[in-house]
Amino acid sequence: MKIPLIYNIRSLLRRPVSTLMTAVGVALVVGVFIAMLALANGFKMALARTGSPDNVLVLRKGADSELASGIVRDNAAIIAALPEIATGADARPLVSPEVFVPVDLEAAGGGGDRLVVARGVTKQAFEVRRNIRIVAGRPFTPGRDEVVIGTAIASLLAHSGVGDTIHFGGRGWLVAGHFASGGSAFESEVWGENEQLMPVLRGEVYQVVAFRLKSPELFDRARRTLEDDPRLQVDAHRESEFYASQSAVLKIILNFLAVFITGIMAIGAVFGAVNTMYAAVASRTDEIAVLLTLGFPPRSVLASFLAESAFLALVGGLLGCLVALPINGVVTSTTNWSSFSQLAFQFMVTPAILARGLAFALVMGIVGGYFPARRAARIPVVQAIR
Amino acid sequence: MKFLPLVWANLMRHKRRTVLTTASVALALFLFASLRSVVTTLRANGEVGSESRMIVQSAKAITFFLPRSYDERLLAVPGVQAVSWALWFNGVYRDPKDFFAQFAVDPESYLDVYAGDYSLPPDQRAAFVRERTACIVGKRLMDKFGWRLGQNITLRGTIFQGDWTLTIRGVYREVDPIFSEDALHFHYEMVYERYPRWVQPGWYVLKLENPSLAPQVASFVDSVFKNSSDPTKTGTERAFNASFVTMWGNVSFLMNSIGMAVVFAILLVAANSMMLSARERISEVGVLKTVGFGDWLLFRLVMVEAGAIALGGAVLGLGAAKALFRPTGFSAMGFLPGFDVTAGTLGLGFGIAVLLALASGLVPALNAARLNAVQALRHVE
Repeated sequence: MKIPLIYNIRSLLRRPVSTLMTAVGVALVVGVFIAMLALANGFKMALARTGSPDNVLVLRKGADSELASGIVRDNAAIIAALPEIATGADARPLVSPEVFVPVDLEAAGGGGDRLVVARGVTKQAFEVRRNIRIVAGRPFTPGRDEVVIGTAIASLLAHSGVGDTIHFGGRGWLVAGHFASGGSAFESEVWGENEQLMPVLRGEVYQVVAFRLKSPELFDRARRTLEDDPRLQVDAHRESEFYASQSAVLKIILNFLAVFITGIMAIGAVFGAVNTMYAAVASRTDEIAVLLTLGFPPRSVLASFLAESAFLALVGGLLGCLVALPINGVVTSTTNWSSFSQLAFQFMVTPAILARGLAFALVMGIVGGYFPARRAARIPVVQAIR
Repeated sequence: MKFLPLVWANLMRHKRRTVLTTASVALALFLFASLRSVVTTLRANGEVGSESRMIVQSAKAITFFLPRSYDERLLAVPGVQAVSWALWFNGVYRDPKDFFAQFAVDPESYLDVYAGDYSLPPDQRAAFVRERTACIVGKRLMDKFGWRLGQNITLRGTIFQGDWTLTIRGVYREVDPIFSEDALHFHYEMVYERYPRWVQPGWYVLKLENPSLAPQVASFVDSVFKNSSDPTKTGTERAFNASFVTMWGNVSFLMNSIGMAVVFAILLVAANSMMLSARERISEVGVLKTVGFGDWLLFRLVMVEAGAIALGGAVLGLGAAKALFRPTGFSAMGFLPGFDVTAGTLGLGFGIAVLLALASGLVPALNAARLNAVQALRHVE
């Protein structure tokens, strides 16, 4: 025989202040939990979307980032001749030799300089690298001092509007357009033609050669060919795995923060729920005794109080979701230490994260309610009725 | 004072509730202290460095080299007493996770420019300077990896390809955090010899005759190299360090907002518990009033009870944070060297505890003081 849930809801409403305080406490914990997960998620997505499994990045042997790499022109030509490379619509191989250089750019709002990646590319890069779309203005014109800026970093930089001129490498560059790449790390970069960037920045060296495979399974064969070639001295990485590994350090930090902060907060909130439920049980001793006398088995009383606690936490959880929702899409930025440059990314609240927030609230409610509920179920009837 | 046993008895009546409430206050303040220490440590690390030293870096970005020939031209700048240079090596020891800073430096001049910021026995210094493949290592780093003096260690180059075997010839202690004990210094010449056509200094360090000359020296140096193929950006060492700290982005804002949410959440929990206690004692307060306890005294009794819980929690939480981080050498994998809970953070934590006591105790205390004894006694069955 079950005790109807309406009994619990009415009980909660009879002590509105205490109910509200406990629920808001849970809501804050869930809100912070969701915010932390959204932050980690946004960061992960920015880097995960940067790579695709059928693209290969070739870096100098031992280089752990594009920044540390260097590949001379002759070697780039050798790499481009690889038979595993796919060809584009114009029958040319899909190879993109690229210059990768962090440069100091003036931050918007007078915040000093920011290190931002300047990537020197050819037209091929827009096809080899995935999802690159010009969303404002036009692409840069080959042979001119022009660049396109990623949408994520554009808002953080001064003079970054289409038609403005930004300065780096001792020169001014016309901002021809803005490009988007579906939230990937490329959106934190400035792209120009590599023939223009090379002389002012790093000299006649590429940092990375990216190419598209005819099919993803060819990766191992292509890698062996490249790494065994004594002229090259390079490492080949699958693009998707490479960019995921670039985020390893920050991912550890973000996950640690999420677990550490919300873990401690959750314990605090559970203590709060325990206190509230014990008080609820104590003040309703008579009621519980009556329920037991009427013939409700102790296990129903236990279930009823557990449900009350879980319901309370769930209300808090829903409130927390509402509180955390507005941070979705907020842009923040930090330094990706492996490329030594700014990476802008968004808080990304997904339905899965909201569900985890609610589940988290539910667990807090059940854990916090168990011991008080057990106490309720074990109340000695005769004594209580006196 | 004579009523302290009464307060104690009240606290002990619901032992579990008192313990849980105190513990949640302690957890909140521990978390608050930890988060705020991230902010203060970042800020402190941004203030490391001398005003009488300047860093000359490439105007393109810190990742560009500067010509080795700038050495003598910098020394000729009026106000500059000494010049040295260094290079960020970024090698991997064993595993990328074992990250620590490695600087390839010009031994003699570098140790001179930083004289007074570290302590290194003279014989170890001489041994380091003499031997091309020697290195000196900070004490903390030595302890972390369990290295011994005279041991060979091998770094795998990421920027500078190949394996690099160095012999530890000296162990230094830091006097000023600018010369961090978590770092390794070795010979610039060693890197240069292997890649002579490419390797050049990553930055120059200038020692000034007088800190007040910094603005003139900066503009003079930058104007000298302005139209060369490698223009410079010159600033004080302190500003140079601060620029690395700002690279973290708005971490401070994130930490502060989470800290506020934590404090507020626990405030609710604690206030709720205090109110629960008060509600259960309405009849008791009636009895006390009947036997002659005054309103003011009852008000104080409830406030003292709230204060005891809040301050007890504060001592536990803040004490744990203070005792945990610094003595264990916590540094967030080297990203937050010198992580410590500052006196300011402790003060602020106790301030929050006092606020918490006021906020959670005030309503129940006022209710107790205002309570009409006759009404209250009706609750007694």
